[in-house]
Amino acid sequence: MKKRIISVMLIAAMTFSLFSACGKQENENASSSRETITVLNYGKYLDEDALRTFEEETGITVKYEEYESPEEMYTKYKSGSIDYDVICTSEYMIERLIQENEVNEINFSAFQNYDNVDPTIIDFCGSFDPEHKYTLPYFYGTVGILYNKTMVDESEVQSWDVLWDKKYKNEIIQENSVRDAFMPALSKLGYSINTTDPSELREALDLLIEQKPLVYAYMVDETGDEMIAGNAALAVLYSGEAAYAMDFNDDLAYSVPKEGSNIWIDAWFIPKSCTNQSGAQKFLDFLCRDDIAMLNFDYVYYTSPMLSVLQDQDEDVRNDEVINPSKETLERCEVYKALSEKDSTYYSNLWQELKSTQ
Amino acid sequence: MNNLKKQLLAGPYLIWIIGFIVLPMIMIMIYAFTNADGAFSLEYLSAITTTTNLNAIALSLKLGFLATLICLVLSYPLAMILSSFNFKHQNFVVFIFMLPMWMNFLLRIMAWKLLLSKNGVFNSVLHTLGLGSFNILYSPTAVILGMVYDYLPFMLLPIYNSMVRIRKDIIEAAQDLGANNITVFFKIIVPLTLSGVVSGIVMVFVPALTSFAVSDILGGGKVLLVGNVIEQDFMQGMQWNAGSALSFVLMIFVFISMALVNQFDKDGEGTAKW
Amino acid sequence: MVKKSLSRIYMALIFIFLYLPIVVLIFLSFNNSKSKVAWGGFTFKWYINCFQSETIMSAFITTIQITLAAAVISTILGTMAAIGISAMRRKSRTIFLGATNIPLLNADIVTGISMMLLFVKFIDLGFITVLIAHITFNIPYVILNVLPKMKEANRYTYEAALDLGATPFYAFYKVTWPEIKPGVFSGFIMAITMSLDDFSITYFTKGAGVNTLSTMLYTELRKGINPELYALSTILFAAVFLLLLVMNFGVGKGKKDQKGGKLA
Repeated sequence: MKKRIISVMLIAAMTFSLFSACGKQENENASSSRETITVLNYGKYLDEDALRTFEEETGITVKYEEYESPEEMYTKYKSGSIDYDVICTSEYMIERLIQENEVNEINFSAFQNYDNVDPTIIDFCGSFDPEHKYTLPYFYGTVGILYNKTMVDESEVQSWDVLWDKKYKNEIIQENSVRDAFMPALSKLGYSINTTDPSELREALDLLIEQKPLVYAYMVDETGDEMIAGNAALAVLYSGEAAYAMDFNDDLAYSVPKEGSNIWIDAWFIPKSCTNQSGAQKFLDFLCRDDIAMLNFDYVYYTSPMLSVLQDQDEDVRNDEVINPSKETLERCEVYKALSEKDSTYYSNLWQELKSTQ
Repeated sequence: MNNLKKQLLAGPYLIWIIGFIVLPMIMIMIYAFTNADGAFSLEYLSAITTTTNLNAIALSLKLGFLATLICLVLSYPLAMILSSFNFKHQNFVVFIFMLPMWMNFLLRIMAWKLLLSKNGVFNSVLHTLGLGSFNILYSPTAVILGMVYDYLPFMLLPIYNSMVRIRKDIIEAAQDLGANNITVFFKIIVPLTLSGVVSGIVMVFVPALTSFAVSDILGGGKVLLVGNVIEQDFMQGMQWNAGSALSFVLMIFVFISMALVNQFDKDGEGTAKW
Repeated sequence: MVKKSLSRIYMALIFIFLYLPIVVLIFLSFNNSKSKVAWGGFTFKWYINCFQSETIMSAFITTIQITLAAAVISTILGTMAAIGISAMRRKSRTIFLGATNIPLLNADIVTGISMMLLFVKFIDLGFITVLIAHITFNIPYVILNVLPKMKEANRYTYEAALDLGATPFYAFYKVTWPEIKPGVFSGFIMAITMSLDDFSITYFTKGAGVNTLSTMLYTELRKGINPELYALSTILFAAVFLLLLVMNFGVGKGKKDQKGGKLA
């Protein structure tokens, strides 16, 4: 009797599995007859509701995948194991991919909402996409220090030096992304954040190794939550993540140090692996639409290049230095330039060396 | 004739072995022994001796060793206690100790993060009691703790299994012959559970040595183990040759240690028959 | 008596060590405050969010599909292989068993990477590649469960059935199958457990938009605090608890094999 129950249970499980396997088959067939696009984006960088709206309105299924650092994205794309249709990443990676001839042109004349994109920002993208034909700007912002006012004084965070202050041992969160981690060290040393000089990078590495005992953790998307919870006094992070954290915890404030920092632009591009150019374009056009741009802005809190978003913002948001950095701040900041394959391997070897040092 | 027909049933599996076990191994070797241009080269295999890799290997061995040792020290007495229960309760008690293992290990790791965090559960309790605070999250200690928590059942179960198999009359006979408890422990229980201990060690040490998720989450990016180097080579650095070379070395290392264990553990309770 | 209470205390300590994290998760899954550990009132909202979250639900469904499909296919292939292997001569048997041991002994990360290197050359990573990978690491468990039963099974009764005019299939079904059935089932259960628990191999062989619970959790954990995951933990823990309770105690005693199973 007892044995029987087991067999019944197992048989039920088996039939269910066959059934669900069939179900999957149908699903796959359905989706292959239906249009799909495969989207690759940073983590926490798009409101899920926007995806759902897009699927409902166009009938195109979105396969959505996330990553943490531009280097991770490059590897995922280059491995060729997945045919991505549209990707969002940072300017220096796009520049590299354009140089490597991996990017398709976007036909902006087919867009209905391209007028919504701020022309000055499109101009700004000229630094990595001179003819403005490969990329659609998504968000931009700065890298700076988020600090807890109850633990750190405002005067201290005007310089990157605070990240090497021994009194903040185990209170510092560093960026877990190669270039953003090296940037403060290079700025502190007075070198360009785009240097490829091995000896300068070595020097920066030595500084970072010296800093490591003070570092609480290396993080990217978790930084905001850790700071909200008061688990660290200082963090190097992106302006939008800072604005999000400051919303939840009044003790937090953001500063872009005087030595200068990085201003970055994240943009969408259509890679050569794209199998559905028109679907990808529809998706990009969709992102420029007023309501969707606003939805995403509210979700990620970075500076949006969409005119409608700037207009619809509340007064205090518009004047918020974190979300909309002043001209003066922007002038101190430098854009990352693409690295050659050799240089980026050198960078990533230094990065691993830092991580492996105890 | 009939036998041959029967043997044919293994045909699909043979194809599977060739396609999905042997070929992938060959792929790793191809990548490990070539450079980025695809030419034969020992460049990446010899890169094992860079500071980064040596540091990572040393740290992995250290953490793996400590995690295994702690698991062993915790499990052995527990297995003895569990095996001393009368049979009716035994099943239930063992069940209770095995249950957490069935929950996804990432969820269990997440729980430790909550417990250990600076303003987490432990520190809140300590704070309320007026006792300072302690910070071990995002350190090698936290990684060891996570590994011990994850792999403890892997150590407990084989030891327990070998312990319940010891026949009570052997112990009684020894006692009748005048052996005291200590003698019984060292002369009977330890030798008879040795094979269980060996399987336990293997089953904890190998995953501890090669894991990357635990060190990533509880190490806060500060703890770089061999697994993390390999993961980064493949997922971030686009250095497939270097990653393959390291994987290849890891594979050889694991196989050699398995062979040694099998040599040592002839009565078959070890790796081959878990 | 002292010894007994000492051992009780020791057991209690380990018990606390094992269950404290789980209790904390369950507790926090009903907590209304998100980022703080402090109690912020009772709520069910994380459970509702959890069921509404497409990320979690699709990972859950994928996990079930992969697990069951991989377990069924590997059980069939593995049982066939075990029957075949048991009929082999010593030499070919050694070769087969040697190959079977490779995925068992190899570190997960190495198995995952080796398969990824192969897949990338020939097909797109996706649902199918994960399924193939799972079948590959499941088969050895099935074989190792069925093979001992095949050895125990009396081959002469099978041959006698053939001599008496039974077709091979009928003879197998009537004579061999009842003897190996328990091995096949425990292999199946073991395959399910291994599939459910796998992270590393799935991580390297999965394609865009395909996530099992493990890989989904890994991505989500790196994005910060998410109380929906506490709710998920609680649900999974309750489900596993009930299922194992029923299987181990409601259905049959002395089913220790199955618990041992997970191990392997």
